[in-house]
Amino acid sequence: MSRMTLKTEGDRIVVVVRRFAAPPELVYRAHTETALVQRWLLGPDGWSMPVCISEARPGGRIRYEWTDGKGGGFYLTGEYVELVPSSKIVHVERMYMPDPTPDNHVETRFDADGSGTLMTMRMTLPNEKTRTAMLATGMEHGMEASYARLDGMM
Amino acid sequence: MKSLDAPFFALSDPTRRAILSRLARGEATVMELAEPFEMTQPAVSRHLKVLESAGLIARRVDGAKRPCRLEQKGIQEIDQWLAMMRKALARNYDRLDDVLANMQRKTKGEQQ
Repeated sequence: MSRMTLKTEGDRIVVVVRRFAAPPELVYRAHTETALVQRWLLGPDGWSMPVCISEARPGGRIRYEWTDGKGGGFYLTGEYVELVPSSKIVHVERMYMPDPTPDNHVETRFDADGSGTLMTMRMTLPNEKTRTAMLATGMEHGMEASYARLDGMM
Repeated sequence: MKSLDAPFFALSDPTRRAILSRLARGEATVMELAEPFEMTQPAVSRHLKVLESAGLIARRVDGAKRPCRLEQKGIQEIDQWLAMMRKALARNYDRLDDVLANMQRKTKGEQQ
């Protein structure tokens, strides 16, 4: 069961599409208001986000820190580029694990779809190689269980 | 601070990914790696150099041979990001469904 689709576009783009049963105004708020973000943007079960900074204005900072409560953790930093309330968020982000991942340029659109929302998140990676590596590693046979987790991504 | 650009570049080549797949089954020498890929040893060595400088493999000296093995730390860093991307997204959005349902209940409650 997966209502999420993830596919590539051109050389450097990954597009994630997901439908939500709530209007764009609420989905947008859940992406920008810290109290809401902290309730869902958590990754695997058992993780929490004790630090959540989201300055929802152009140039505003983003900083999410996650912890598994057992000493494990990592964080993400970013900057907002453009915000259109209830409709669009453009931001740049990178993850620290602890080394930084390549900058990911993200445009998230929220379009009304009946009584719900069709969210389209378009991630543009710095170059084709990064994106290829990100997606293709999982497609290769035999890269053992870790990369097998990427199956079904495309 | 070390960036992940080097490992991602290293992984962008299908031959290098195949080499990693082979090494996932255990240590191998340049000769053993060259065989299935029908490549010359110098060509394989060039790929190994890229993988080594990206921190994805390590080599040890064994007489005249320099067997290669996966460098777990480098592999894990990449893997963490990939697994995160895929799994976390799906899990997050399932959770967001609940948050939105909650918000909608609240909004309706306020209207009544």
